[in-house]
Amino acid sequence: MPVNKASNTDEFVKGLWRDNPVFIMVLGMCPALAVSNTALNALTMGLATSFVLLMSAICVSSLRHFIPRETRIVSYICIIASFVTAVDYLLQAISLELHKSLGAFIALIVVNCLILGRAEAFSSRNRLVPSVMDALGMGVGFTLALLSIGAVREILGAGSLFNVPLFPDGYQTWTVMVLPSGGFFVTAFWLVVVNWIHQRRALSP
Amino acid sequence: MNGTPALDKLPTSALAMYRSIMVIGALCALMIVTVFNATEARIARNREQALAAAVNAVLPEARVTVPVALDAAGALHTADVLPALPVFLGYDADNQLVGAAITGIGMGYQDNIRVLYAYSFERQAIIGFKVLESKETPGLGDRVETEAHFIANFEALDAQLDATGNSLANAIVPVKQGEKNNPWEVDGITGATITSFAIGNILNDSASEWVPVLEANRQVFAQAPAQEGNRGAGE
Repeated sequence: MPVNKASNTDEFVKGLWRDNPVFIMVLGMCPALAVSNTALNALTMGLATSFVLLMSAICVSSLRHFIPRETRIVSYICIIASFVTAVDYLLQAISLELHKSLGAFIALIVVNCLILGRAEAFSSRNRLVPSVMDALGMGVGFTLALLSIGAVREILGAGSLFNVPLFPDGYQTWTVMVLPSGGFFVTAFWLVVVNWIHQRRALSP
Repeated sequence: MNGTPALDKLPTSALAMYRSIMVIGALCALMIVTVFNATEARIARNREQALAAAVNAVLPEARVTVPVALDAAGALHTADVLPALPVFLGYDADNQLVGAAITGIGMGYQDNIRVLYAYSFERQAIIGFKVLESKETPGLGDRVETEAHFIANFEALDAQLDATGNSLANAIVPVKQGEKNNPWEVDGITGATITSFAIGNILNDSASEWVPVLEANRQVFAQAPAQEGNRGAGE
């Protein structure tokens, strides 16, 4: 087992900025592009993914000595898929409308490589507390990234934020932003901004 | 699996592998069943509310709606328990029958699509349409819910019966986008051909089954039945 010297706080903070899953590791791009058309969809998707990430990290980390190497992938997928099914039911119980607007993407959380990636790379090799911190950090980082894409797309594409109109009636909405292509434009914009800041920091003495 | 064990670890016994998969599978199954049981009642209630809202949306004239079903002998009667594909009769403020909201189901591109549509007795046409449940491709198939020209199909889609009263005078047929020439044709969506055609076929199958039954029973159900049979879906 690798020696883990990083503090728990560091495990949490790294997911927010330094190793942000969307803007730095470029993982989970499918939901990041597809369901970030409104801030509410982005937030719901982020929270649902965070929940699955957290619960699977707890299970994988607790069971890491019990799961043999040979059956680890099938075990992780089984655990992840079960929590995704649970999220699916919970969302339907909370709001059918919201569940419908996320469509097939709830079920597709199973194949979000961020979750399996963290289970394989982190939770399966670390104790419970660092794993939980890592999952929380990655979850919050993923949610913030989706929210920052979703907010821009909703403001420009629909003239509102969380369904609250922001502009007077005459505002000309920029429809392309809520369409799939808008997801690519806004994601690319954020990638440039985040990576530019990273580069500046790396270069500055 | 070439028989060379990894250097750092001995090969795991088959028993340990079976054990891990069995235990994890059992735990996961237990969790899913628990969550399912805990959320079942709430989801059923949400579905009922969503259905009531959808009935209201496709048949806005109706003030009172009454669920009906066919019994084994093929006779129409008011339903106490909603069947899997519910049908509602809608009555206006004067208790006169104005239309019916009918649920239809059929295979789309990914999975079954459930739709609700309204049939108007006066106009003998389908006058409203809403997708209740679909898993169609986001951005392509799901355009059947948003595309204005597709929705416009269901402002007055001809569903007249022929002289015998047993089948539609003209079957509802889906056509390619821009090729609609008759009031019984459903103008499809380029890029969502399979889904939009599926909707046309669902409507044809369901209307062929229900419109003859509803028209045959039109006089019997012309007035809203006594209050206790009513469900306030239209309220």
